[in-house]
Amino acid sequence: MLAIENYLIVSAILFSIGTIGVLTKRNAIVIFMCVEMMLNAVNLTFIAFSRHLGNIDGQVFVFFVMTVAAAEAAVGLALMIAFFKNRESIDVEDINLLKL
Amino acid sequence: MESLFFLVVAAVAIISSILVVTCKNPINSALSLVMTFFCLATFYVMLDAPFMAATQVIVYAGAIMVLIIFVIMLLNVRVETVKRGTHAVIAGSAIGLFVLFQTVWFLMKGSMTGQVGTMTKEQIVSVGHVELIGKALFTDFLLPFEVTSVLLLAAIVGAVVLAKKKI
Repeated sequence: MLAIENYLIVSAILFSIGTIGVLTKRNAIVIFMCVEMMLNAVNLTFIAFSRHLGNIDGQVFVFFVMTVAAAEAAVGLALMIAFFKNRESIDVEDINLLKL
Repeated sequence: MESLFFLVVAAVAIISSILVVTCKNPINSALSLVMTFFCLATFYVMLDAPFMAATQVIVYAGAIMVLIIFVIMLLNVRVETVKRGTHAVIAGSAIGLFVLFQTVWFLMKGSMTGQVGTMTKEQIVSVGHVELIGKALFTDFLLPFEVTSVLLLAAIVGAVVLAKKKI
């Protein structure tokens, strides 16, 4: 078995790329996909530690993260469709209804 | 041999995740993200977690990505126009690189300690991975599991309300 540090470094790189995507992209769906990528990077960390420590709890948490991601996908994409119906755009710079 | 395989899969995962951020067309981003999810499923198999790998492929690469691609097709999103505000891009990249530096630095600085549990590879092989997960889920994590069902119900109701009402 490979050392756990290898998996953790891959996970850190994926998380950072996801962070860069969330902060720099303007298309709401691409931002959403980058959030999914960050969640997956954390899942990889959970499973790597679960294997390293011989403890099943990390994998159960991955199960819960997947559930939350599925709920988030359902609500988030419904929000995007509702926003697109009104504004004909899903650019995050147009999402300013709450701006003072 | 295992480390060579790991390096190939890690390279594919990182390149496809960079493509998610750099592609102009959201469909290409979504397909690159599917590739990243498959690479992560491969990692889960390498870490002796075959059930989580199957769940990853079915839930993420199957259900969630189909939903995302469906919405992209439905909204007919245009290719992203030329970026305004390159300052924001530079600042965002700087913050992302800082996060990477910080995580790798803490990783190199510390050592992996912790209480070692009972799940050995022999136990996974003899009892079975699905049985171990199910036992943990329905004994120690029964309350969070039930809360999860309430969360999914709330998400379903929220999606129906958003799709129905004029907002």
